[in-house]
Amino acid sequence: MTLAARVEVRRGTLQLECELTANDGEVVAVVGPNGAGKTTLLRALAGLTPIDAGRIELDGKVVDDPAQRTFVVPEQRRVGVVFQDGQLFPHLSAVENVAFGPRSAGVSRREATARAETWLDRLGLAGKGGDRPSQLSGGQAQRVALARALASDPAMLLLDEPLTALDAATRVEVRRDLGRHLRAFPGVPILVTHDPVDALALADRIVVLEMGRVVQEGTADEIVARPRSPYVAELVGTNLYRGTATSGVVRTDGEGTITSATTASGPVCATVHPRAVALHTSRPEGTPRNVWPVRVTHVERLTDRVRVQLAGPLGIVAEVTLAAVDELGLREGAEVWAAVKATEVDVYEA
Amino acid sequence: MRRLWAVLGAVALLAACSRPEDAPAVRAADTLTGGLTVFAAASLADAFADAEAVIERDHRGLSITFNFAGSQVLVQQIAEGAPADVVATADTKTMDKLVAAGLVERPAVLARNTLVIAVEPGNPEGIAGLADLARPDLAVVLADPSVPVGAYAAAALDHAGVTVRPKSLELDVKAALAKVTAGEADAAIVYATDVTAAKGRAASVAIADADNQVVTYPIAVVRATAHKRAARELVTELARGRGRAALRAHGFLLP
Amino acid sequence: MRRRAVPLPAMALAAVAVAAFALPLVALAVRAPWSDAWRHLTTHEARQAFVLSMETSLLATAVAVVLGVPLAWVQARVDYPGRNFVRALTTLPMVLPPVVGGTALLLALGRRGIAGQYLDDVGVHLPFHVSGAVVAEAFVAMPFLVLTLEAAFRSVDTRLEDAARTLGASQWTVFRRVTLPLVRPSLVAGAVLCWARALGEFGATITFAGNLPGKTQTLPLFVYVRFEGADPAAAIVLSLAMMAVSLAVLLALRDRWLGLR
Repeated sequence: MTLAARVEVRRGTLQLECELTANDGEVVAVVGPNGAGKTTLLRALAGLTPIDAGRIELDGKVVDDPAQRTFVVPEQRRVGVVFQDGQLFPHLSAVENVAFGPRSAGVSRREATARAETWLDRLGLAGKGGDRPSQLSGGQAQRVALARALASDPAMLLLDEPLTALDAATRVEVRRDLGRHLRAFPGVPILVTHDPVDALALADRIVVLEMGRVVQEGTADEIVARPRSPYVAELVGTNLYRGTATSGVVRTDGEGTITSATTASGPVCATVHPRAVALHTSRPEGTPRNVWPVRVTHVERLTDRVRVQLAGPLGIVAEVTLAAVDELGLREGAEVWAAVKATEVDVYEA
Repeated sequence: MRRLWAVLGAVALLAACSRPEDAPAVRAADTLTGGLTVFAAASLADAFADAEAVIERDHRGLSITFNFAGSQVLVQQIAEGAPADVVATADTKTMDKLVAAGLVERPAVLARNTLVIAVEPGNPEGIAGLADLARPDLAVVLADPSVPVGAYAAAALDHAGVTVRPKSLELDVKAALAKVTAGEADAAIVYATDVTAAKGRAASVAIADADNQVVTYPIAVVRATAHKRAARELVTELARGRGRAALRAHGFLLP
Repeated sequence: MRRRAVPLPAMALAAVAVAAFALPLVALAVRAPWSDAWRHLTTHEARQAFVLSMETSLLATAVAVVLGVPLAWVQARVDYPGRNFVRALTTLPMVLPPVVGGTALLLALGRRGIAGQYLDDVGVHLPFHVSGAVVAEAFVAMPFLVLTLEAAFRSVDTRLEDAARTLGASQWTVFRRVTLPLVRPSLVAGAVLCWARALGEFGATITFAGNLPGKTQTLPLFVYVRFEGADPAAAIVLSLAMMAVSLAVLLALRDRWLGLR
């Protein structure tokens, strides 16, 4: 089962133009900020929104091609969708929900119910079949939604923000189960999310969509190591600068310069991990090649460390220990010095 | 002194006789004034409208309000206390109810009417008399027997020995005629005056005198009226005065 | 749980409203000739009128459902030019005086009607027949169903329908198994309103279909003729009977079907 799609959709202010391919056994995550066009892309693949231009091919069969006037309706594509909020039918029980797909395909009620119960079992919901969606917890409902999509035997599985509606604890549990089922799925699973943790945990390949366009694509490791847009950098939690390098010295766009230990030249991206930023109350002596005065603009307490946002000739985010906050007197408006070793600056082609 | 009185008397007499054509309006006190409500059978509508115009012209202070409906409805309303000053029904039976209940003064005969068969102009179905109404291919409409004209029609048919299967028993005579003028029904038994009022949209076929029913329209003053004198005068005007010409023009027979 | 105090003026006005509704009905019950009631109820003509009314009102409701459901769906889901006009048009019978409606039907479907003249040729006769009464009742009562249902269709979450389609359901299956069940309370409420209106229809029925015992004399017509004729007692008894039936239906349906599961 393969997917080859070139999708162009114009909807109001959104202009979606992207290419997406996926193969059997590969979990693809489409990541991006809200309004990037992720849901539109998903709806286009499912056939709920026809594309304005381009071509979608599922397993070699063309399902949407405006130029050729080909359009296969959603009910004829073998695409299963797990919607945000599940979208379980409120007037049917859990097992009836899951049996919906097979019954729509003409399977007898008995057979369909049997299949549905098998799926509910697999997802750890044995005994919940008779419950109405309103009686299920968030996590249970989401699993029923997954079972329902899988029971219709799709060739491609699309998941739209499957974990967003869940609370933190349930999320962890469902994410684990989901990962297992996605890997076991014989077709192509495509996951859409704005949560980086979900993407990094579940996907083999990540496609970053911003303002309707693909800005970066690669494995989780590649993305993390080499973010190429502020959004991804934000996602990954690192400092990113774009600019031009001359023998390893990067003149960033609009801000100051940062020196790396490389000899790179030309248009580059430079990243500095927040933990690599050392803060001092006065100008430090010694080796760091990058030293500059900064002013604290924001202090954010995470579980066991603190992220400090700093403004200056070069804006940067530093990550320090709780103790450091007191030692350095880090609060909004404080004036300190930032130091980054050249070796900690990672530079790569933009 | 006696001469002064004679002169004054002559002057007064002259003044009284001075403009004979205006005499009624200059009469000492015109008692036919004010607002009067007349409840009348539906079939009197057109004739009374004309009579109203003439009478109100002669009595400037008078304003007549009419309530036209089936006689049964009018009786019902008056029995329930509706504010009528004068009532005129389309048969004596309904008026008798009011008399028996002591609700009206002694009725006078206003006019008479006869029944005719109303057909479409040109009589396309070639209806000649009551006997033809029994034809199975005809759509005949009658008024419900609870309505006076319906009762009369039933009596006439009975007397003529004709059995009719009506398509509908309408609730008042105007509705029955309307079905004929609209082309929905081929014939209906209505009053002669109704066909006259239809002004060419319907034609009439006479009913043999032997079978026909003479319909008497009584008119009476409602005892509960607050304007007894004016009401009595209006009854007189309608039955013996200006009303007669209007009634005759609309096809009624006058006593 | 602490009860919220209901403001006195609201209670007082509500009480007045209830009294306004109840008084005429109570008067009917009080003035009814109870000793004679059974006799009046079981005369041949009364039973005829009752059965006829039930037949025509139920048939009219059936017609309204068959035609009204698709109409409501289209009005709710399809955006086409003139949609507002169509909505106004289909609501018109609700505000039109019934006799006007009946007259209009006559001009359209009567023997000389613009469409009626052709109906005659194919053997369809509406005026003076039971079918005419059904048409008249459906005409005035259908808007109640359409209005209720259109609002309900609008409020159905289309994402549920999307989900059904991705599961392989055809448009008809989606409608049958997802959309329709979701609007069932409104469908039932609309149908009941429609039936009640059809049952009580008078002006349009008599103008279009006529008044003939056994064929077109529905209960309201029967009551009117008796009331204006020699038999007000029968009229009151039959009115009470109609009221009792309607009350029973409204009570029975209130909780179970109108969404309060």
